[in-house]
This record gives sequence, structure tokens and C-alpha cells, in this order.
Amino acid sequence: MARLFFSEDEYLVVAAACERLIPGAADALVADYIDGFLGAFAVDPPRIWAGGPFSGRHGGTPGFAGFMPLSRMDELAWRTRIEGSLGMREREFNGPVVGLQERYRDGLEALGTDFATVDADAQDARLRADEAFTDLLYEHACEGMYGAPEYGGNRDLTGWQAIGFGGDVQPRGYTDDEVSLP
Amino acid sequence: MSDAIVVGSGPGGSAVADVLTAAGWSVVIFEKGRNHLVDLDDPSRRRSDYSNDEIKFTVRHFLGPDPLLEPRTFRQRETDGDRVFVGDVNNLPSTVGGGGVHADGKLPRFREEDFRLRSEHGPIDDTALADWPVTYDELEPFYADAERLIGVAGDAGANPYAAPRSGPYPMPPGAPMYGATLSADAAERLGYHPYAAPTGANSVPYDGRPACNNCGFCAFYGCPIHAKGDPVAPLQRALLTGRAELRPETFVSKLNVTNGAATGVDYVDANGSTHVETARVVVLAAGAIETPRLLMLSGFEHPLIGRHLMCHFQTIVMGGLRQRVHPHRGRSVTHVHDDHLVADRPSQRAAREAGLPWFRGGMVEHCGPGGPIQEAKIYPWGETHTRSMRTSTFRDRMWGFTMQGEDMPQAANRVDLDRRVRDVRGFPVARVTYDSHLFERAASAHYGPRLAAVLDEIGAEWTVTTTSPDAAFPYGGFISPVPNSKHVMGTTRMGTDPSTSVVDPYGRVHDAPNVVVADSSVFVTASGYGPTLTLVALARRAARALVD
Repeated sequence: MARLFFSEDEYLVVAAACERLIPGAADALVADYIDGFLGAFAVDPPRIWAGGPFSGRHGGTPGFAGFMPLSRMDELAWRTRIEGSLGMREREFNGPVVGLQERYRDGLEALGTDFATVDADAQDARLRADEAFTDLLYEHACEGMYGAPEYGGNRDLTGWQAIGFGGDVQPRGYTDDEVSLP
Repeated sequence: MSDAIVVGSGPGGSAVADVLTAAGWSVVIFEKGRNHLVDLDDPSRRRSDYSNDEIKFTVRHFLGPDPLLEPRTFRQRETDGDRVFVGDVNNLPSTVGGGGVHADGKLPRFREEDFRLRSEHGPIDDTALADWPVTYDELEPFYADAERLIGVAGDAGANPYAAPRSGPYPMPPGAPMYGATLSADAAERLGYHPYAAPTGANSVPYDGRPACNNCGFCAFYGCPIHAKGDPVAPLQRALLTGRAELRPETFVSKLNVTNGAATGVDYVDANGSTHVETARVVVLAAGAIETPRLLMLSGFEHPLIGRHLMCHFQTIVMGGLRQRVHPHRGRSVTHVHDDHLVADRPSQRAAREAGLPWFRGGMVEHCGPGGPIQEAKIYPWGETHTRSMRTSTFRDRMWGFTMQGEDMPQAANRVDLDRRVRDVRGFPVARVTYDSHLFERAASAHYGPRLAAVLDEIGAEWTVTTTSPDAAFPYGGFISPVPNSKHVMGTTRMGTDPSTSVVDPYGRVHDAPNVVVADSSVFVTASGYGPTLTLVALARRAARALVD
């Protein structure tokens, strides 16, 4: 996937950091999930909500493949959350909001442009030095690892397969025996 | 001018719109959230926006409201200052279908004594415990009607404590979850009486909708195949009469009242423009936080509006099992038991020891945890993460209980308007002040260990008990001082005396009788059961009173 938000250097730092948080995250392209989220508004419809009702993995048409159009209000909420309020009046009705893009730019700078090249202990030390940003990164890494692959991560369902989780299962569902028996 | 305006398209508003349109009334339904439920161009068709997507539904607020646009504020008590927390405060979905969309559809009836607790058991200090002005017998036909309307699957003979029924459930129960078979067997061995949860998920094709196929994305998700008893059926019926108009993405900001009668409402449309709509009757079904907020935004001054907020005091007891129980398959909850709502000698003794004349717990749901994203965020990051996820201590090997503990109506627990925090449209948001009473804390302390003992009986390697709310946890998490039940009730309580109640026994506001409240705001007490079926039954009854 072409980058929607990160520069190539930033992407390498995010990918290396996510790999420290969740081993396997690099192969699962968890950094692509985060890039697709922070750059959600670089495409139309924005990459916020995948469509429904089915992914196509268990029959039916693959509705997850397209993202859903946002309403005016939805766009206001998600642009504010991602881009920050940027001094715009309609985004600051309860005061300024620091956007996720800014938190990432600051957080990645603190991790260092050489993050991907230092050894694991040094990487972990830098991650521990900025707990607030690492918590944010970890939340997103979990979503990218174990969320639907249409959001950019969980490539080839590696996240789900590693834990034996079936993921979305409509329209097949589970049989009564699959529900009730061990 | 239409015959009625209905504010809110959830289970209450939809139930009312169905009755009114069937009687020939013209109805405009306002819903501040988006429509993902029914095709408004052809209401015989349902939309296909819901999906088995943990990111969309549990991380990205797909069903609304977005707490950035429509925050609420919270404090435990007045001495906390104006507010301690701003954000998601017990939010129910803000979308066409309302709270019915995200619920996993447990739809129990109350029992006879739930309507007359004060006269049966006596008062509790520092509470406004009162009998309801409605009895179970009066409500029974409306319960039966509500069960048919929504489509409830259940087993009429299975709960020994159940109140009498005029007929069977419309459908038999669906497949029991494996974890529930373990916990139900263990509970029975310890003398409890688990039964198939009355559930608004089709066990067989019903009313033109398919049977549930056990996909597991139930609680907190919309149903991709419309097998769930969200209010899709009454909404479609109302719209198909041609006499109802549903307006999503419109926010009702004010009731217009002249000489004790509502003439209609002001509303803000999707583009932010303000309009006036007029009607003979205004029905409020916005939920027990937004309904009193709207009354206060409209200048209603009854001192009890917003007071006696109840949420259920949840006792959550989970255990770690050796075997995997695949809690992601099935209807989220398939078994419940009522034993902890029924006084016995040990509970009476425990109440006395706590300094209370009596207490009750609530209905106990046999349940598993959430999805893998939620699970992953629990574990620490680093080398151990993958092993933790494979072992799945907190998902695939975890099973337990949530007791929906009855919480007492307290005047200090209330909804009012925050003086500073606004919603995206510029209106003051709801502020919730809520602190638990000894009644529910003592019941939780008594029943929690008994639920843990059931998990021990299954062979749990560990058990852990938490409550919601829990004042010891920080703000912002799933467990925090903010109650997280979604069972909000009681903020325009019903009664016959206008000095001690806001609405009459048919939901009519004493101060403006052509304003009818048709949601759980009217509840006098919380019971220990989920409120949806009871609020739908009351809404059907209120609507019948309007048209008869």
C-alpha cells in the first residue's frame, strides 16, 4: 500500500517499534494499519469505517473492501481526532484538541530516526522513556494486529491465525455444535 | 402539523411509532444519529452496514455517539466540584434503532415484586424507594405484546422465580454457549436455578428475518443479518404504513410549550440549520440521560427532573479455565439466573450485618469476555505478548458472570446540564452525578464470592471480581468510577402525585400532559433486570392510552 501519512523514514521507525511491542507485527504490516488511519483523509471515502455486511472470506460479497462515506458530523469528529483542531472554530467548541498526527510526529521524533538500527535493549529503553506515546502506539498496534485486514494490518490473517481466532465469520456463522461443544 | 413527534428511534420510540401509525396517526421520528438500519427509500429493505468488525464497532464509535462531538461530564458527588471527567459517560448508541442495535438482546420481564419493593420489603434509608404506580398484572399483556413485536426466544417453564405468563415465548431458546453449559451445570450443583436467557435473537426465522447463525459479534455490534431483535421490526412496520417519517441526523434541541401544552419542537438538521416542527403530541424516547437533558434545555422546572438516576451496580466475576471455551461463538449470553434477586437466610443475615433491613442483587448473566483487540490491550507489550495471546488467559480460557445489581434510587444521583461543556451544536451537555449506595455495595460483597464459588466448581484456576462502577479505578477505562452498564433509568420517575413524580402512570408529564415519556426514564426502581423489555411494554401501554 502506498504511504498515506508517514514518510519512509517514519514508517521504518513505526514498523520497528511495533515489532518490539508485538513480535510479528512487522510481517503483519501493523505499521500500514497506523499509516492508513493517520492518513485516513488522504483517500475518499476516508479509511475510518469498513463497509458491511461481509468480508467475503466466508461467502457473500466482500463489503469490507470499500470504506463507508462519512457524514458531515462524522468527518468533523475524525478530522479533529486525527488532525487536531488546528485553531478552527468548529473543532474547538470545548477547547483545542491535539491530533493523533501531531502526537505521532512528536513521539517518533523522540524515538529517534535511528530507532530501527539500534539494538533491542536500546529500543525498549526508548519505548519505556515515553510511556504515553508507547501506550498509544501499542493500542494501535493491537488494532492493526488483530483487526480486520481491510484496515491495512493483519496481513494474510497472520494476527488471527497466530491465536486461532476465526475473525469475522458471517454469513457462515457457527453451527450449534460449534457453539455448544468443547 | 403531524399528530405526534417522537424523539428517539430506539426500542421505546419505535414501539410507540408502531402503535400510533397503526391507529392512523401521522408521526415524525427524530433521531440524532445516523441511519444504518432501514432503507428509507424502501422501508421493506434493511441496510447492510453492520459487520463482524471489532475496529469499527468497539474502537471507532460506529454506532455513536462520538464522545468528541457529544461528550458528557461526570462527578461522583457535588463535593467533587463541577466535573471530574469529560467523555463517554454510560453512552448508549446514537443511531437509528438506538440502544437496541448494540445490545446482545437479553430481554427478561420484571417479576411482580419488582413493582412493589417498598411495600414488600420496607424502606431503605437515604433512598427514594417507592412502589410503582403500575403492577405486573397490568403490564403483562404489554410484555407479551413486546415479546412478539421484538421476537424473543426463551423457555417459559425454565425459571422457577418467573412471574406468570399469558403464553409461551414466541420462539424456543437458541444454542447454549459451551461456557454457559459449564457454568449452568456448576450453578445447578450449588443449588441455583440457571435458565435459557430470554433473548431477542431469532432461534428460528421470525417475522421475515433469518435465524441467528451464532457469529458471536453480538454485544456492542449491529447484527449483519438482522437476526437480532433491535427495533427494526416496529420501525419498518411504522414506516411501511406511509404515515411515519424518520429523520436521522436531526437533533431536537427544545420542546416548545405554551400554557402547559407542547406545540412541537425546535430541531437542528444535518446541515446545522434550525427548524420548527409542530404536533399535537410529543413523545420523548431519548433515553434516561438525554430525555431529562432535553426537558431541562426546554425550561421544564420540576425539581425531580433528572433525579433518581439508576444504572445497575454490576458485579463482574471472571475465572480462568484450563480448557478453551471459545466465547466468541454464540449469542454472548445464553444463560442467566435469578437466585440472587430472591432473599434467603444468608442474604438476610448479610444485609443485617451491613446495617440494612434487606438487600437484593440482580439477574446474573453467564458470560465471556470481548474480542481479541480488547484482550490484546490487557497484556503487556514485548516478548511475552504473543505467548499471552496464544494462551488467551483473558479471552479463550475465561468465563464468568455479570450480576446486574439493583441500585437504589437516590435523589443525589442525577442528570443536569453542565454549565461549561458543550456539544458540537453548542448546547450544554448532560452532567451525571452518581455514587453507589450501601444497598448495592453490600449485595455485591455478598454475592460476588458466591459467584466465584460457581467458577471454582467448574475448576477455575483463578477468579477475579470487579464492579462497575468502582471508585478505586482511574477515570477513562472500562472499569472506572463511571458506571458502564448502559442500563440507565429513572430520571423522570412515574407516579400519581405530581410532587413526588415527573410523569403519570402513562408517561404523561404532569406539567404538560401532551408530552409523553416512553423510555426507561420513567422507571421508579431499577429492578435487577435489563430495562429494555419493560420500557418497551410501558411504551406500548403509553401509546395505547394515547390512541384509545
